[in-house]
Amino acid sequence: MPDYFTNAGTSSFTQFLTHASPELLPGRRPLPPGLSADIAPHATTIVAIATADGVVMGGDRRATMGNLIASRDIEKVHPADSYSLIGIAGTAGIGIELMRLFQVELEHYEKIEGTMLSLDGKANRLAGMVRGNLGAAMQGLAVVPLFAGFDLSPTDPAKIGRIFSFDVAGGLYEETGYDAIGSGSLFAKSALKKKYRVGLSTDEAIRFAVEALYDAADDDTATGGPDLTRKIFPVVMTATASGVHRLTDAEITAVAEQVVAGRMENPGG
Amino acid sequence: MAMQFYASPEQVQRDRSEYARKGIARGRSAVVLTYEGGILLVAENITTLRKISEIYDKIGFAAVGRYNEFESLRRAGIRMADVNGYSYDRRDVTGRFLANAYTQTLGAIFTETQKPYEVEICIAQVGASPETDELYRITYDGSVMDEPGFMAMGGQAEAISTVLRERHDGAAELPTALHLAAEALGSVGGENGATRTLDAKQLEVAVLDRRRKGRAFRRIQGAALTTLLEGDKSVPEQDLGDVDAAPPPPATDKPTVSAASEEEPNSPESADPAEPSDGVNGDGS
Repeated sequence: MPDYFTNAGTSSFTQFLTHASPELLPGRRPLPPGLSADIAPHATTIVAIATADGVVMGGDRRATMGNLIASRDIEKVHPADSYSLIGIAGTAGIGIELMRLFQVELEHYEKIEGTMLSLDGKANRLAGMVRGNLGAAMQGLAVVPLFAGFDLSPTDPAKIGRIFSFDVAGGLYEETGYDAIGSGSLFAKSALKKKYRVGLSTDEAIRFAVEALYDAADDDTATGGPDLTRKIFPVVMTATASGVHRLTDAEITAVAEQVVAGRMENPGG
Repeated sequence: MAMQFYASPEQVQRDRSEYARKGIARGRSAVVLTYEGGILLVAENITTLRKISEIYDKIGFAAVGRYNEFESLRRAGIRMADVNGYSYDRRDVTGRFLANAYTQTLGAIFTETQKPYEVEICIAQVGASPETDELYRITYDGSVMDEPGFMAMGGQAEAISTVLRERHDGAAELPTALHLAAEALGSVGGENGATRTLDAKQLEVAVLDRRRKGRAFRRIQGAALTTLLEGDKSVPEQDLGDVDAAPPPPATDKPTVSAASEEEPNSPESADPAEPSDGVNGDGS
């Protein structure tokens, strides 16, 4: 194996790739001039809510390409590692690559160092990776993640579930309570603003996340609502002291059906 | 001009081998063996510097010898595995691939540099059953051996191997396997050939758990290790440590999809090694 594999070097996978296989890194490919926003599918709305036990993150299942629905069952919320979650909005292909790289980055550090990065460390790392995509973002291939996780060593014991948002330039902002990204985020955030309070239980937050996604789908064509005929419901994951958990099909079906039933009575929620 | 003394290539190789073997023999030993639930890796180690490590989902690493040398090999293995898993798929990272990379590297170091590495390493890959487990021993000169279910490395490896050969049973439970490993390591190094009893503080223990999807590597340390060594079989599976530095996940009856790992249900179809993991393994789906 080449020297750079065995040297002490870095614990960061992306930094290592700059030596080993720079072609695998996003943000290093020359793009033709001009706007390329409509060439690839876009992923849309993600919401995250801090709870008394950690965080809940949910995402709708639609990806759009212009006026077309590119996918009805894309999954945009993923575990970043065993205690944190990442959701992506923006150009789907770049977002998925960013997310995969981030997952390997966290696991790689954990294996090399024998210890996990702190939650802030993970968020900073992700901010750096978003910053690397700035060139593509300026040509319309923007991707913005939402990062949330359970803080294993919180500075404030009341803040164990933390949410971080980003801008295309790699700005990192810690959010209080809840946040949403993507085309329907405006409506999702407005819905959450009315319902959110400190110390929500995980079950309540799951319900609110699905409600907020319903409201986003109600007013934003790029966000998909619960699809009762195909049984396609939002992906909802939680990160708590017991690690990351994705709601099973049965669990999310029950919540989504309750939300839809509620809207039958009162369409505004 | 100074006269160079002639040394035959055979002599040079012999000297290097002897040098490497002496270096390895000075350190404490490690054993790797299969058991019913996976592969057990045990090293005699009183320091916090680790000899056993996770490389990838199903692959573990154990080493003896000079720390700085096997540490750089360990990092290289993790890097290779992660680059391959990232550019292909997680299932495309195999123990044999890593063993090949290590044998090339160690072979080149042995023949081309002044000083050979004083290390011996084991690459273990856990399969769906003890018969499909793979253990590779790679030595300082780059030779690689496919070991049958158990292996010992380090000083007095022969004596330790003898104990393992007599009593190793691939169908044994974890506490039995751990006792065997501890006794084998303790069978040498006592004063006047007496056996030693090693306790939890002297052992570094990890398993590659064949029932887990995703990352199979778990350290067993602290109270869980003490309980296991004392022969108590009542330690629940969930208490058997966790990935490095993470608190153990509590028992849950809900299926969990996580980047780290999940408990595989004990169903017959889940024993199929070709079954794609439905966990999110960074495949972006």
